[in-house]
Amino acid sequence: MNGLWTALMGLGDQLAAHVLLSAAAIALGIAVALPLAVWASRSDKVARASLAFASLVQTIPSLALLALFFPILLSLRSVFGEGLPTLGFLPALLALSLYALLPILRNAVTAQANLDPGVMEAAEGVGMSFRQRLLLVEAPLAAPYIMAGIRTAAVWTIGAATLATTIGQKSLGDPIFAGLQTQNWVLVLAGCIASAGLALVADTLLGLIERGFRERRRGSWLGGLAAVALGVGAALFAQFGAGEDEDRIVIGAKGFSEQYILARLIGQRLEAAGFAVEYRDGLGSAVAHSAAASGEVDVYVDYTGTIWANQMKREDKLPRGEMYDAIEEWETENTGLVLLGRLGFENAYGLATTQERANMTGLQSIEDVARVAPQLTIGGDPEFFERPEWIAVRDAYGLRFGEKRNFSPTFMYNALRSGEAQVIGAYTSDGRIEADNLTILADPKGAFPNYDAVILLSPEAGRNSAVVEALQPLVGAIDVAAMREANYSVDREEDKLSFDEAARRLAERAGL
Amino acid sequence: MSSPALAFQQLTKSYGATGAVRGVSLEIPAGQFVALVGASGSGKSTLLKMVNRLVEPTEGRVMFEGEDVADLPLAALRRRIGYVFQSIGLFPHMTVGENIAIGPRLAGEKLGEGRIAELLDLVELDRSMAGRMPDALSGGQRQRVGVARALAAEPHLLLMDEPFGALDPVTRDALGERVRGLHEEFGLTTVMVTHDMAEALLLADRVLVMDAGCIVADEKPEALVAGAGGEVAQALVAVPRHQAERLKELGQ
Repeated sequence: MNGLWTALMGLGDQLAAHVLLSAAAIALGIAVALPLAVWASRSDKVARASLAFASLVQTIPSLALLALFFPILLSLRSVFGEGLPTLGFLPALLALSLYALLPILRNAVTAQANLDPGVMEAAEGVGMSFRQRLLLVEAPLAAPYIMAGIRTAAVWTIGAATLATTIGQKSLGDPIFAGLQTQNWVLVLAGCIASAGLALVADTLLGLIERGFRERRRGSWLGGLAAVALGVGAALFAQFGAGEDEDRIVIGAKGFSEQYILARLIGQRLEAAGFAVEYRDGLGSAVAHSAAASGEVDVYVDYTGTIWANQMKREDKLPRGEMYDAIEEWETENTGLVLLGRLGFENAYGLATTQERANMTGLQSIEDVARVAPQLTIGGDPEFFERPEWIAVRDAYGLRFGEKRNFSPTFMYNALRSGEAQVIGAYTSDGRIEADNLTILADPKGAFPNYDAVILLSPEAGRNSAVVEALQPLVGAIDVAAMREANYSVDREEDKLSFDEAARRLAERAGL
Repeated sequence: MSSPALAFQQLTKSYGATGAVRGVSLEIPAGQFVALVGASGSGKSTLLKMVNRLVEPTEGRVMFEGEDVADLPLAALRRRIGYVFQSIGLFPHMTVGENIAIGPRLAGEKLGEGRIAELLDLVELDRSMAGRMPDALSGGQRQRVGVARALAAEPHLLLMDEPFGALDPVTRDALGERVRGLHEEFGLTTVMVTHDMAEALLLADRVLVMDAGCIVADEKPEALVAGAGGEVAQALVAVPRHQAERLKELGQ
């Protein structure tokens, strides 16, 4: 219980960001929905088209909607210039506003359609202008219904805003995703409690406003409105009251433990060098690279094989050194990203099975597996089966598994232990390989490319000599054993370390 | 000679091929109480609503105190005409007092409490009603507020579209008498649409009978009762006459 309390108390920053994001999204949703509803009440076509659009948006999974705004905003840069943010607050705001649109619009349109025709005739008969009819009759009569729609929108938005973490926006999703990654259920629970609590509070306050409108009690809706304003104001103060730091360094991390730890390791060194830092955790692999190229993220760790296959679309294989040089040259020409150097370990994809199964069935290499693959189930992380590396290995060995299943990285190892999968697409630097007694199957054809961990700097950060100087000592400092140990220290079930603590111990062990 | 309060000139309203009102021409002098009677769908409501332009005519025009209503600003025109109709249409989110004061408020004037009290007196409602919400009132009380609202801006012309149709007979009778009284008191010109010939005969100075979009009879009540006005009008007069005869027989 103590741990949960501590975790909850540590969420102030995320809570404030969550409140601001949700409030801004709902406000934007209202600002778009209400004029649209007025227009819709005067035109059946507009009513049908706008409701159909809003319903269509609802059918897109919220995670996908959030992710879609990255390429959309990226392409809009040709119109609005390079300053247009493609990650973080803006795309999260736009996606969540679209989501908030439907309930508000639907209730506003329904409320207007159901206004008493006698009252509307009277409004015309006493000589009200369009504006007077809207302000004196339609708005007050529709207000309770619109408020009910805003209430629904608020609860949805606050829930969906936790997903903003995946596109680099701070929110109450941060502890949920970080906790899910490392099986730190206290952290997950803290995030869920905070976001559910926030939704309940918002629902209660907006309910108070709704009742105030319905029963025409001024005190009730003014009080509710004041409380909402107070909450948003407090969040604003918490986020910006301290003053924004102009040259803060943004450190990106993809959604797995090693990335979280390395981001903290980089952050601690930069802080020691006097920089203010900010973390963008849980980024998708493609998103992280583009984010650095666009300057949204200043520094992050990527892997040579990933860049080779995903960004450069290369399928050939080069020796390690030549591959590194080719990537460096490609990045310079195409993105301006700076390769600072290799960290010193490799986090390759590899097919893994339990040592027990390997010994029992004599599975030692991918060639052995290929013969019995139709009877086996293979598990992979959500992107594994789409990746060119998997396709290369599959084609090189003619792999045909009986079943393919996707798991989040954490659950993938559990699935191997519980027998839901017999082979998984594992990561070679993963601490669970040793801890779970797993064997990485040999790859005699060398189908998996190299995955040296490298530090990538955005073009701007690459020109900042103080940043380069602070991070240079990390090059070549971390071997795979050290990385596995650090990974395991946050992934294990008992006695987990925080990412910060794991990063500090990793620095110590590496002699930094 | 002063122009009539209201004049219809070849007034026509068609919905597609069907004519709701077909070429109606007539004049109503100031101070007259006119009843417009006809079966459902005869076009009487449509004719009335073309006066305050809730319905725009397809052809012809309506002259109000010598001016073509089509040339008058819509809001201003409606504020000069009192309008009472069957579904009453009190604004449910405003008090009785606010409902009565809405017309002047739209024109930028504030109606004082004293004036609201006077208007409540006129329709025989207690002055304390001003602070109530409409849903706390009975149907008859609500329509009385409707009449007070129509009179608040001191109009010259009062239009009533089946004003007492939804009321119980006792209330209906009393409110009819009261409206006739107000008509005299303020020298109004009144046009009342009704499907009840008895009501028309008892309240109006002049009865217009409509059938299929045309005025088929234009008579004084006495003349209608004496048998004038033609077939359609006499069929409508026959109903209350027959009822009266049967009541008389029952009493004997």
